[in-house]
Amino acid sequence: MKYSSQMVAKPYFIFALMLLAGEILFGLTMSIQYIYGDFAFPAIPFNVLRMVHVNLLIVLLLFGFMGSTYYLIPEEAERELWSPLLAKITFWVFLIAGVATILGYLLVPYAELAKLTMNDLWPTMGREFLEQPTITKIGIVFVVLSYLLNVTMTVLKGRKTTISIILLTGLFGLAFFFLFAFYVPDNLVMDKFFWWFVVHLWVEATWELILGALLAFVLVKLTGVDREHIDKWLYLIIAMTLIAGLAGTGHHFFFMGAPGYWLWIGSIASAAEPIPFFLMILFAYNMIKNRRIQDDNKMALTWAKGTAVVGFLGAGVWGFLHTLAPINYYTHGTQLTAAHGHLAFFGAYVMIIFTMISYAMPILRGRPHGNSAKAQKVERASFWLMVIGMIGLTLALTVAGVMQIEMQRIPDSAHAMVFMEVQAKITPVYIVRSLFGVMTLLGLLTYFYSFFVKDDKKVA
Amino acid sequence: MNKTSSIKELYPPGDFTIWIVIYVELITFGLMFVGYAFSRRADIALFNNSQLLLNQTAGFIDTLILITSSYFIVKAVNSVKNARGEMIQSANILASKWLLAAILFGVIFLVNKLLEFSAIFSQGIGLSTNTFFMFYLLLTMFHFMHVALGTVVLLNIRQRTKRDGYSADDSRGIETGGVYWHLVDLLWIVLFVLVYIIR
Repeated sequence: MKYSSQMVAKPYFIFALMLLAGEILFGLTMSIQYIYGDFAFPAIPFNVLRMVHVNLLIVLLLFGFMGSTYYLIPEEAERELWSPLLAKITFWVFLIAGVATILGYLLVPYAELAKLTMNDLWPTMGREFLEQPTITKIGIVFVVLSYLLNVTMTVLKGRKTTISIILLTGLFGLAFFFLFAFYVPDNLVMDKFFWWFVVHLWVEATWELILGALLAFVLVKLTGVDREHIDKWLYLIIAMTLIAGLAGTGHHFFFMGAPGYWLWIGSIASAAEPIPFFLMILFAYNMIKNRRIQDDNKMALTWAKGTAVVGFLGAGVWGFLHTLAPINYYTHGTQLTAAHGHLAFFGAYVMIIFTMISYAMPILRGRPHGNSAKAQKVERASFWLMVIGMIGLTLALTVAGVMQIEMQRIPDSAHAMVFMEVQAKITPVYIVRSLFGVMTLLGLLTYFYSFFVKDDKKVA
Repeated sequence: MNKTSSIKELYPPGDFTIWIVIYVELITFGLMFVGYAFSRRADIALFNNSQLLLNQTAGFIDTLILITSSYFIVKAVNSVKNARGEMIQSANILASKWLLAAILFGVIFLVNKLLEFSAIFSQGIGLSTNTFFMFYLLLTMFHFMHVALGTVVLLNIRQRTKRDGYSADDSRGIETGGVYWHLVDLLWIVLFVLVYIIR
C-alpha cells in the first residue's frame, strides 16, 4: 500500500461482502417461496423479500464502488486522500442509514414505513429499486456528495489520469441521475421515463464507466502494460458504452405508452450495447497477453478476466436475447428478464468488486504480493463455485422464462395459461435454480474462508 | 519480405481503434438500413408518397459537398504523409489549408441540413408522422451528429498542424481523422441513395 489513507477502503469492502451474503440469503429464501409459496410467510412475505433483495444489491454495489474508489484514487492521484476522516464518517452514516432502512422494510409494513417517514410530504416511495423512504434518499444524496467531494478534491490536488477522470465522470453521473428518484410524475408513462433515467442510466451507462475504470486500474497494476495503451482501450470502451447505453434507454420504452419510434431506437441502440462488453474481453485478454510483470496475485487477474467474460455473457448476450422489440413483446417481465438481471449484475458489477477486493485486500492486510498460494487455491475454488452457481442459476431461469413465454405469452388469451398455473408448472426448474443458488452461497462462504487461510510457511 | 512488412505497417491507415469504431458504425447504420428496407417493403406506397416531400436537390448538393470535402482530406493527408526534414513545416501549412476547406464544407453541410430539418418540421412532420419519416429523421439526425463530431475532430487535427505538426514518420493522427471523415461520407452516400432516391 502506497498511501496510508487507502486503508479507509477496508471497512467498505468488508461491509459490501457482508451485504452480498445477505443478498444471496434473501435471494435463496425467495427462491424457496417459488417452490413453497407460503414459506416464511407471514414473517417475511415475497414482496418484502424482493424489495430487500434488490435494495441490498444497490447498496452493496455502492459500498463496493466507494471502497474501490478510496483505494484507487490516492494511488492514481499520487497523494493521500483529501480527508480520510470524512471517508470514515461517510461509511458509518451510510451503514447506519442502510441498515435502518432494511430493518424498516423487514419489521414494519411498507405502508406503515411510508407513514412513519412522512412520505406524503414528498412522495418518492414505491418504485422498484427506489423504494427507500424519502429521508433515506436525502441521506444517500449527502453521503454521495461527501464522497464525491473527497474524491474530487484528491484528484484536483494530485495527478490526473485517464482512469481517475473516467471514474469521476461515472461517479458524477451516478450522483446526477439519482436526482430523478426525487421526481415522481402522476402520469404513469412519465413516471416510467424518469424511473428509467435512474435505473438504466446507472446500470447501462454511468456504472459501466466505473466498471471500465476499475478494470483498467487493476490491469495497469497487474500487467505493467503502458498506460497509453490501456487508456486508448478505455476511451474506446467508454465511448461505445455511452453512445449505445444512452440511446439504448429506448429499449425500456417498449409497449408502455411511449411513441412507437422508441421500438426502433431502443432495438438498434441496445443491439450495440454488447459491443463495449465484448471489447472489454479483448481488452483484458490482450493486456494480460502482453503483460510485462508477473504478479503473484493470480486470483486478482482471474477475477478481472472473469468480470470481462461473465459481464459480456450476462449483460451482453443475455441482454441481447430479449432486447429487440418484436421479441421483447413476448418476453417482457418474464423470468428471462430475471435471468439477464442476475448474470449481468453478478458478472459486470459484483465481479468487478471481487476483482478490486482480491487485488486490494491482500495489500491492505500487509501482503503486497497477494495471498499465499494456499489461500489463492481456496479463492480459486470459490471463484468457480460462484461463477458456475450463477451461470447455472441463469440457465435455469432462462428455461423457466422460455416455459413461461410458451405457456403464458405466445398463446392467445383464450388458450394462454394464467400466471400462477404457469409458475406451478415451472416448479422443477425452480428447484434446480435454488440448488445453483446454494452453490453460489457455498462459493461466497468459501471466499470468506480464504481470508482466514494461514500463510504458507514455505515461501516460494 | 521487407516490402510486405512495410505495407502491413501502412495499412490499414490510421489508428487500429478507429477501425473498430468504423465496423461498429457500419453495423449500426447497416441495421437501420435493413430496418428501412423491410419497413418499406411492408408499405411501399406510403414510403414513395412521403419521399416526394423530401428535397432531392438539397440532398444531392449535400452529397457533392461531402464528396468534395473528402477529396480535401485526401489532399491534406497526402501533403504531410511524405514530408520529411525541412519539408515538414510547409507541408503542414498546406495541410491546414486543405483541412480548413474540408471543415468549411462540413459546416456548410450542417447548415444545409438544419435548413432542411426546419423545412420538414414547419410542415408539421415529426418522428411520429409515419414510418418513413421516422426512419428519415432518425437516419439523417444520427448522421448529422456524426458530421458534427467529424468537424470537431478535423478542427483538432488542424490545430495540431499549427503546433508540432504531422510528418512522414507521424501521420497516424491525421489519417485516423481522415478515415473517420470518409466513413461519414460513405454513410451519407448510402443514406442519400436509399432514402432520397430509390423508389
